[in-house]
Amino acid sequence: MGEQSPVLEMAGIRKVFPGVVALDGVDFRLFPGEVHALMGENGAGKSTLIKVLTGVYEIDGGEIKLGGAPVRISGPLQAQQAGVSTVYQEVNLCTNLSVAENIFIGREPRKFGRIQWGKMRRRAAELLTRLDLDLDVSAPLSSYSLAIQQMVAIARAIDIEARVLILDEPTSSLDTSEVEQLFRIMRRLKESGVAILFVSHFLDQIYEISDRLTVLRNGQLIGEYKTAEMPQVQLVEKMIGKELAALEDLEDKAQRNRERAAEAKPVLEAKGLGRTGAIAPYDLTIHAGEVVGLAGLLGSGRTELARLLFGADKADQGEIHLDGKPATLRDPQAAMKRGIAFSSENRRTEGIIGDLSVRENIILALQASRGWTRPIPRKKQDEIVDKYIKALQIRPADPERPVRNLSGGNQQKVLLARWLITEPKLLIIDEPTRGIDVGAKAEIQKLVAELSDGGMAVLFVSAELEEVLRLSHKIEVLRDRRLVEELENTAGVDADRIMQTIASGATS
Amino acid sequence: MTTASMTPVTKGPELNKRRRVYKPNAKYIPILATLGLLAIMYITGIANYDNFGDPSVFVNLFRDNAVLLVVAVGMTFVIITGGIDLSVGAVISLTTVLTATLLKGDWPPLVVLPAVLILGALIGAGQGAVIHFFKVEPFIATLAGLFLARGLALFINQQSIPIRNETWSAISDYRIELADGVVTKPNAIIAVLVVIIAAAVLAWTRFGRNVYAIGGSSDSALLMGLPVGRTRIVVYTISGFCAALGGVLYSINSTSGHALQGNGYELDAIAACVIGGVLLTGGAGYVWGTLLGVMVAGLITTIINFQGDLNAAWTRIVVGVLLFVFIVMQRLVTRKAK
Amino acid sequence: MNSIVKNRLFWPAVILVVLLVVNAFTSNQFITVQNGHLFGSLIDILRGSSALILVALGMTLVIATGGIDLSVGAVMAISGAVACLLIQDLPNQNAIGPVLGVVAVAIGVSLVMGLWNGSLVAIIGVQPIIATLILMVAGRGIAQLITDGQIINVQSGPYATIATGFFLGLPVAFLIAAAAVALILLLTRRTALGLLLESVGGSPTASRLAGIGARRITIMVYVVAGGFAGLAGLIYSANIKSADSISAGNLIELDAILAVVIGGTALIGGRFSIAGTVIGAILIQTLSVTVVAIGIPPEANLLFKAVVVVALCLSQSPDFRAKVFGRFKTRQAVAA
Repeated sequence: MGEQSPVLEMAGIRKVFPGVVALDGVDFRLFPGEVHALMGENGAGKSTLIKVLTGVYEIDGGEIKLGGAPVRISGPLQAQQAGVSTVYQEVNLCTNLSVAENIFIGREPRKFGRIQWGKMRRRAAELLTRLDLDLDVSAPLSSYSLAIQQMVAIARAIDIEARVLILDEPTSSLDTSEVEQLFRIMRRLKESGVAILFVSHFLDQIYEISDRLTVLRNGQLIGEYKTAEMPQVQLVEKMIGKELAALEDLEDKAQRNRERAAEAKPVLEAKGLGRTGAIAPYDLTIHAGEVVGLAGLLGSGRTELARLLFGADKADQGEIHLDGKPATLRDPQAAMKRGIAFSSENRRTEGIIGDLSVRENIILALQASRGWTRPIPRKKQDEIVDKYIKALQIRPADPERPVRNLSGGNQQKVLLARWLITEPKLLIIDEPTRGIDVGAKAEIQKLVAELSDGGMAVLFVSAELEEVLRLSHKIEVLRDRRLVEELENTAGVDADRIMQTIASGATS
Repeated sequence: MTTASMTPVTKGPELNKRRRVYKPNAKYIPILATLGLLAIMYITGIANYDNFGDPSVFVNLFRDNAVLLVVAVGMTFVIITGGIDLSVGAVISLTTVLTATLLKGDWPPLVVLPAVLILGALIGAGQGAVIHFFKVEPFIATLAGLFLARGLALFINQQSIPIRNETWSAISDYRIELADGVVTKPNAIIAVLVVIIAAAVLAWTRFGRNVYAIGGSSDSALLMGLPVGRTRIVVYTISGFCAALGGVLYSINSTSGHALQGNGYELDAIAACVIGGVLLTGGAGYVWGTLLGVMVAGLITTIINFQGDLNAAWTRIVVGVLLFVFIVMQRLVTRKAK
Repeated sequence: MNSIVKNRLFWPAVILVVLLVVNAFTSNQFITVQNGHLFGSLIDILRGSSALILVALGMTLVIATGGIDLSVGAVMAISGAVACLLIQDLPNQNAIGPVLGVVAVAIGVSLVMGLWNGSLVAIIGVQPIIATLILMVAGRGIAQLITDGQIINVQSGPYATIATGFFLGLPVAFLIAAAAVALILLLTRRTALGLLLESVGGSPTASRLAGIGARRITIMVYVVAGGFAGLAGLIYSANIKSADSISAGNLIELDAILAVVIGGTALIGGRFSIAGTVIGAILIQTLSVTVVAIGIPPEANLLFKAVVVVALCLSQSPDFRAKVFGRFKTRQAVAA
């Protein structure tokens, strides 16, 4: 690889936003036929660097060379024409259009100006077959899951004969087998000489697929390393700039509390609770001070199960007992009155209200439960908000800043704060650590452990088995919209054991 | 995850199939609902009134609603991108006033016609440019356009101006015999042509697909490298052009120009689009749906005419009630499909 | 954030002041005292803008939830028609008690109209622009039906007072509008209503999951908008001492929306500014008065208004300022 010349060279890149230096003299290079991981916490400048490369932002300084020649990328179209193709973290396709159109739009095969639909569909089907995807290409993209949409985005990017392929957290909505599938495709592209820039928050994925990595921190270049020569712990240290031992003692803690939790009284009991088409009837008991983990593949019914317990969707069968008494959860308001809190997996659309300030977002649920006629006095608001900004280390610590300007991890903390101030008996959190950086992830996990120590019942939903294993006293395994097994998280239970259950669907 | 050497849980394709949520032709449901309701209305008309079944009643729908049809087609483009154009009614009045004034000044019709059409397109393009470059909300930008166009029309002349031009009168009096006893006017033919061309453009050209893409998500469209700005400006240009064409048809119909002509057409056009299943949020809808929406509006007027004893107040109320029925029915049908 | 709000209201405020200054110089009486009342063109502007202020207030709340209400003009017509019809049948049109009763009935009817709009939007889930379009179309028909297609004239002193009377030296109509503004300010800023409104407007789904009864709040704002439109309809009708179903509140929905937008509330919902709306409404009224005062020919009235509106809308677009005046060279940061 050494004698090859880089296909992409960025030197001294500088990008300034009002009040922030997002990139400060960053160098970056990419060789043909390599997978290069771009590492850093949220706010380190990864997204900005990618947007500079794809022409969304114009640079304030520095130079970009493609194939040795200096270029000025003025927009996404120019980037594509220059051979830079991108798949973004949030699927950036038009879900109202068909699968085939999403792959080919802007490049549709035409004859006399008329789009050749038949040819387009055929080519789309061929392309997807090569990616082991069997889709109805004329169906609207919205009829497929997020994971499939992400794969379609990748198909589009691949078909644009790119020299440089940028994958900005493509795996955050994929499950294990789909990640494997993606990696197979990446390896094939790599062999054909495509340079791949890969961003992921999953360290294991980085180590599995990447050849080299570049670390950014606070908009500055920390260094470029060979992945194989960089130990994980050291990498994390370079990313967050401090020793990370916070998680070390968590596992023991969970172990220690296990017995106590089992003796506590049940906060919630669901019997035969279900909703046609969403989740098959299930039984579930959650005790005070207990963390119950929900494990299963994407689309296995994790979120659907959780939503029934909050009244976000209405159950059409079964019953719920709260503190031993039967309860009907008609809507979220009813659930909140009974001391249940729910933080959705869709942080941006179902969680934060982007326009409103951090303070307003934090007090929102508490205020809603009090009703509009009984406002929380401003002094009290400031007290609560200050306390939680400090306790959860929300950055920047400015309560009046619109929450949309915060990073994903900090938005997640704001949401947690929103629910914690309502002092729930049962906290349901759906994918609280998805798409956020290592540091914030560790802090949130620690918080969950502390809350359960304090007697709160927690229902923890996550795609990451390791995280579920680390935090939970009890793990519920889902498959095909059905709860298939309940596992006490004892010494013998590990990721393999859960994967087996998911794979076989067997119940003990 | 620590388990790098995990066995795939299920084979890829099977996995994908399972995830597929089946929606039976969901995108056609609003149109089919409108079509069904239109049929019911038509049959009710035939059952209740003599001569309602006469083919000319149906054919006359196109003649009587040619202006609305043309304007609503332009509006369809705009609404599919997620925008709205409030200026169309005012552009109609500006066009009729200008046409009448120029023809009165003995300008040759072959100069007047392209001139007013180009002016309409320019007004549309201007609004599109303001919306795109200055990020002014379409509602507000075209509201300003409404004031401007109607202001200009009133400035030119506040009175009704008769058109005595021979060409205009000739077109106005021209009859086309479609079948025995069934005649129509050039206006209807032009309107139908506009519908067909628009449908073809939306379905078969890159521009047409870009219109849908922008309506689905303009951010995504931008990142996919589509010419978002250009498409958006062209869409408003089309709407302005269609409004001007509608104004020309209006002036042919009425052989006059007046600043109050076309008043309220923007809302009729929006209502027609919505009844035809074009979503105001953008990204979904068909010109055929808009055609059905216009037919519904036309059929309401026809039924009221057949009824005979309804006064202006009742006409408004009936239109409102029917609008309500359509929207609620459509809503229920669409909801069930989901 | 404060500075941005100030920024958005800066140009409208400047234009308002300029127009008022122009008025002060061109009209023979800008503000004077006669018979213990204030008179002059300034007072005329305040009195004349009260209907628009009321309608725009309701519109602000509706727009804050991400909706829009096109039916306000029709509701004005209905309210005026109901009031005049009932007053006409009173044995003594000058008795204060019965007239107040009639006013209450008219406003009650308007509230029901608002309830209808709100239910369509919040319960049936119809897009606001279409839901209110129904009443916009049918409402004027209803008003015409109430008055039987005639213009009903009334000779009621107490009724006329609503529009033309003075209290403590100030026009009653203006005092009504001022009271409404105070009420809404109190409701939205002293209770949590403002926060919940902005939250529903910002994201209905997230609001529901945060336990906010979005449906009830949505219905409530349409009811309030209906009530204020009804009140405005009474002022309009009391001013001309008759019910005119055709021209009452004609196109006022557009002026009201314009007032809201000039006042810095975005049509997509979320953050709203009551003070901004009031400035916007007074500005629009001042514009109409000024056009006459400085002797612009009547046929150019609308054109003049259009030019000012275009200028205002452009002045509020950050992109316009950036591109034309080049004050900010960098493009706005998209939240990463």
